Amino acid sequence: MEKQNILSADKVIHDLLPQKFGLRGKIWTATLIIICLIGAYAYFLQLRDGLVVTNMGDYVSWGIYISNFVFFVAISLVGSLITAIFRLTDVHWRTPLTRISEMIAVSAITFASLIIIVDMGRPERLVNLFAHGRLQSPIMWDVVVIGTYFCISLFLLYITLLPDIRIMIKAKEMVGKPFSKLYRWLGSYWKGTEAQEKIRNRAITILCIIIIPVAFCIHTVTSWLFATTYRPGWDSTNFGAYFVSGAFLVGAGGVVVAMYVFRRVYKLEQYITERHFEKMGRILVMLALLYLYFNVNEYLVPAFKMKKPEETHLSELFTGEFATLFWFAILIGMIIPIIIMVFKKGRRPLPMFIAGVMVVIGAWFKRYLIVTPTLLHPFLPKHDAPERYSHYFPSWQEWAIAMGSLAGALLIITLLARMFPVISIYKTLTDETPQK
Amino acid sequence: MEKKDTSRRDFLITGLLASVAVGCSDKNPFVADDQQVTLSGEKVKLLSADGEIIEIDKALLKPVPDLPQVSNSEARKGIAGKKFVMVIDLSRCKNLKKCQQACNHAHFVEDAQNWIKIHPMQDAEHSAPYWQPTTCMHCDEPPCVKVCPVDATFKRQDGIVLIDSDRCVGCRFCMAACPYSTRVFNWEKPELPIEIEKKHYSCETSIPQKKGTVGKCDFCPDMARKGELPHCVSACPNGVFFFGDMYEDSVTNGPETFRFSDLIRDKAGYRLMEDLGTKPSVYYLPPVNRNFKFEDGLKIEEEAKSKS
Repeated sequence: MEKQNILSADKVIHDLLPQKFGLRGKIWTATLIIICLIGAYAYFLQLRDGLVVTNMGDYVSWGIYISNFVFFVAISLVGSLITAIFRLTDVHWRTPLTRISEMIAVSAITFASLIIIVDMGRPERLVNLFAHGRLQSPIMWDVVVIGTYFCISLFLLYITLLPDIRIMIKAKEMVGKPFSKLYRWLGSYWKGTEAQEKIRNRAITILCIIIIPVAFCIHTVTSWLFATTYRPGWDSTNFGAYFVSGAFLVGAGGVVVAMYVFRRVYKLEQYITERHFEKMGRILVMLALLYLYFNVNEYLVPAFKMKKPEETHLSELFTGEFATLFWFAILIGMIIPIIIMVFKKGRRPLPMFIAGVMVVIGAWFKRYLIVTPTLLHPFLPKHDAPERYSHYFPSWQEWAIAMGSLAGALLIITLLARMFPVISIYKTLTDETPQK
Repeated sequence: MEKKDTSRRDFLITGLLASVAVGCSDKNPFVADDQQVTLSGEKVKLLSADGEIIEIDKALLKPVPDLPQVSNSEARKGIAGKKFVMVIDLSRCKNLKKCQQACNHAHFVEDAQNWIKIHPMQDAEHSAPYWQPTTCMHCDEPPCVKVCPVDATFKRQDGIVLIDSDRCVGCRFCMAACPYSTRVFNWEKPELPIEIEKKHYSCETSIPQKKGTVGKCDFCPDMARKGELPHCVSACPNGVFFFGDMYEDSVTNGPETFRFSDLIRDKAGYRLMEDLGTKPSVYYLPPVNRNFKFEDGLKIEEEAKSKS
């Protein structure tokens, strides 16, 4: 951070304080709100008429709502990677990335919880999960760990924000009025005394330690929603590790995309430097190779044996109905990003951004491929059921709700970035001192 | 009662006065409604309790209220001292689909939902095809019950796996977990006759089905309580289905009754997907010495398809 050493504290504060939306920001936010509203309308139709508005059937009984849920859970894991793992392993360059990844984590885990309610046939009976909950069901495990992870992520975001809130309260004129009440409500008690600082540091360390096993749990348990069934394609002992590695990949990809966008929009070139992209590039390559490794395990080992129930499933993926999507997801989600980022030139901001987008899009389709094709190949052949149950393509309502949820997650990130500094001011200031 | 500050005593007095007022009205509460019915003049012949044929005006007939259904907690416990079992004789099935029709009719299930499915099966390229009806297997290690987060689907002491549609949250995890694809979902509001829709849901009759919840074959425990056979068993003209009690060691399709253990031993009975460890309560007898050709069933299949 050679450049930052020259920056004065005032400049840092000025650069990093949340800024008002420009025209682009307004258009972006408005677009997201419109997509959300369309999704909300589609959900209204679904509540009125039932899940019949989806194209799911008695065979494909889980569709893009569930794959979208898996995607959200996956991407939310990044909060634990960047913040906790990097903190505990003392990775110094993480500072400008932690806040971004925590914001992504909070918004993704919020929408994971919402989208799973959308999938329920009787959402108004949600309370039954608490009134009649049975701990032997993997769904209950998911409720418990996702709830815990949500709280920890929120705490982590909040506690690391406290010193920044104090700075923002102080710099009232620069921040402007709209959120000053909110800031005071959130953090007026924070004086930054030595005693407070000690408690805060301890709290962050504790949260960072417990968030790691909880993060592993949320995605392992989510993978067990599938792996605890008998179905070919899901009945795998590899599933937990496969999901967790994929989650770290998509989360890191998401952070790279966010890094690039915030850097451009907020002109943060001096804070999120090329060096950060270089480092994240290396990490992404490693994570993509790891995920590729688990994919090889997941597909090649059963394909070597070609047991009868697996055979139909695998041939549909490799050469059949889902082949285009399958190879697209493998190439876009892993192979091409690896090829881009393995070279030094590929680890510059723009190619990294492109690779990050590829990873995220590939990961979304990968989740779809994990959920749907398996359900189309039950043990007993489909029979005495309507013909439309033999295929699945999401209805417009499903697309609208899924896209609405993605837009909603982006909207939360956007609003968080509008209200709070995307890079910790306090940490940027304190990080400099020891280097001087 | 109207005043907010009425004391409890006033309330009681008003209540008493009100009941006196009803008692004094010209409508006699002790006379049943049917005595005030205007006769239609149309007579119906009925068999009286002491065996005589009597004629009664049609207007006097009124629907008999259902026998009281068992309570939810009773339905969750099941019938003590029973372990229900079904045997399906594949050598007798020609895909007539009478079982399916009777089941759909009795449970007010739409054709698209079919709790009973009759699969054309062929185990290997050169092996002979046969028809295989499937019901819920009422597994002793039910994967669906294991995964249900709210105890909406449960296993009873008599071996039957049922669904409480008043509790089901519609997560459909049970559908993913069931390897026999036995479960169906009410994607929309089921089309039911009004009198059925108004009924309170009973786990034992599985009616009325409700929007956003899962349904499946229930082994007709309401029939078992009455000492009758499930609808599919009595509807099959070929006697494919046998139903009975494992503890009594007997199964029957109505006309024929067998010792369950003998039947399974002599005809080499087996269960579906034994290797999964689900321990079904439905046994199959292999399709040997068949009563019908497989092709006979294909004609019925085509007819059914052209109808729909």
